[in-house]
Amino acid sequence: MDIVLENFDRFVQGLTTTLSLTALSWVGAFVIGVAVASLRVGPIPPLRGAGAVYVEVVRNCPLTVLFVVFYFGFPSIGIILPKFASAVIILSVYTGAFVAETVRAGFNTVARGQVEAARTLGLSFAQMLGMVVLPQALRAVVGPLGSLLSALIRNSSIAFSISVIELTGTTFQIATETAEFIPVFVAAAVAYLLLTLPTGLVVGVIERRVAIKR
Amino acid sequence: MSRIRSHRLGLLVLVLVVLVAACGGGDDEVDTGTGAGDATEVPEHPEGSTMAEIQEAGTITVGTKFDQRLFGQTNPRTGEVEGFDVEIAKLIVEAIGPDVEIEFVETPSAIRETAIQEGTVQMVVATYTINDARKEKIDFAGPYYVAGQDIMVPTGNPLDIGGLDDLNGKRVCSVSGSTPLQNVRTNAPGAEVTEFDVYTKCADAMRDGRVDAVTTDNVILLGLVEQYGAEVFEVVGDPFTTEPYGIGIPKGDDQFRTFINDRLEEIYANGEWTEAFKRTVGAVTDEIPEPPPVDRY
Repeated sequence: MDIVLENFDRFVQGLTTTLSLTALSWVGAFVIGVAVASLRVGPIPPLRGAGAVYVEVVRNCPLTVLFVVFYFGFPSIGIILPKFASAVIILSVYTGAFVAETVRAGFNTVARGQVEAARTLGLSFAQMLGMVVLPQALRAVVGPLGSLLSALIRNSSIAFSISVIELTGTTFQIATETAEFIPVFVAAAVAYLLLTLPTGLVVGVIERRVAIKR
Repeated sequence: MSRIRSHRLGLLVLVLVVLVAACGGGDDEVDTGTGAGDATEVPEHPEGSTMAEIQEAGTITVGTKFDQRLFGQTNPRTGEVEGFDVEIAKLIVEAIGPDVEIEFVETPSAIRETAIQEGTVQMVVATYTINDARKEKIDFAGPYYVAGQDIMVPTGNPLDIGGLDDLNGKRVCSVSGSTPLQNVRTNAPGAEVTEFDVYTKCADAMRDGRVDAVTTDNVILLGLVEQYGAEVFEVVGDPFTTEPYGIGIPKGDDQFRTFINDRLEEIYANGEWTEAFKRTVGAVTDEIPEPPPVDRY
């Protein structure tokens, strides 16, 4: 316990890195996810195919593998990015695939008649998607998106494998310096719960607020 | 019926013989007739001691690294782990009992204390620097080798890095949880540190221009230079610390510690230590050091 208190500043710093990593990656994942889901229901076959390939490839690769491929493999084709930026990109791309599938499931909750009505009124595909389908679809999948956010918080710990010293990295450093693994990692588990549990509560509140009352 | 049975028995014996032969390893002193014949060669140990228990069990689990060039690294062709640490472990276990089989278990830097405390391994020989924080959890026999922290840079040393002070303001890479990394944090606080789980990732990062220097014990760096080529990396060659490598054992087992220390002095005296060094680390350096005096604290 003393060890945890002595290193409290460092835990806070690690937590801050985890938060910023998660926040930036979530924005990226959300944009990618909505875009890819839209492509997959869109009218252009090659883009539909590309969307499907992206989702299936990324979703079926372990995150650790993606980190190694991107960080150590891409320099050989001339792409060298700083570690934090690399981590944000990888986490965005990875989580984006799951967001895409979730949003696509949301699309399916929107009644077919609404799509037909929108097209009858003369709305283009983009207008129909943006003004009619997406607002309803997203409200229907707030819960599942919340689960993805919680998973992202935990997945961000893998950024430590490319030396982004977030919460897990900090914990690891303190544990090896003091040779006290158990108390330090228990503290880390508590810190992760402090992040994920309130996330779940907030998501629950949002879900109820925006629910479509039919 | 009985014919079938005897066939089966024959087969069983054959399988056992093959197994024993396969497990025996490539040493030149494989079973020259087990049994009562060479009972005289089996050393006696005090009753109840760890050595007696190991001799009784006939096996020992030893923690080492599987990715540490020159010290403990899996040979992809044989699947056996090889290196100076492995040789030292073999020399020690040989004195416990010539027939004791060693099971090597991978112990990366971060889990070594835990593995000893939990009894996953009975002994750790894994480029394990003796220090006081670790001594609170486990005990060390040895040291059996003294390394020194040095710096590896791209060949030609473009940033003119000569020592620890020069690392301030530079991008430096080492392995998480290692002593060299803590040393950089304390003594070159201006360095921008990158840390990975293994040194080859640091070497890759330096080749890609992501870090300016890699720092750890000199022998490990020499191994990386050998692996990547002298036209890619060079070692600065001015060690600024002493890293005594010890043998980790459970805390409080003084009998076992004394036994290992005695055995180390024995192999220092009879030249086996030097031979082991030449066979392993000797591949990258012509300097054969004097074995360090053991520290019986």
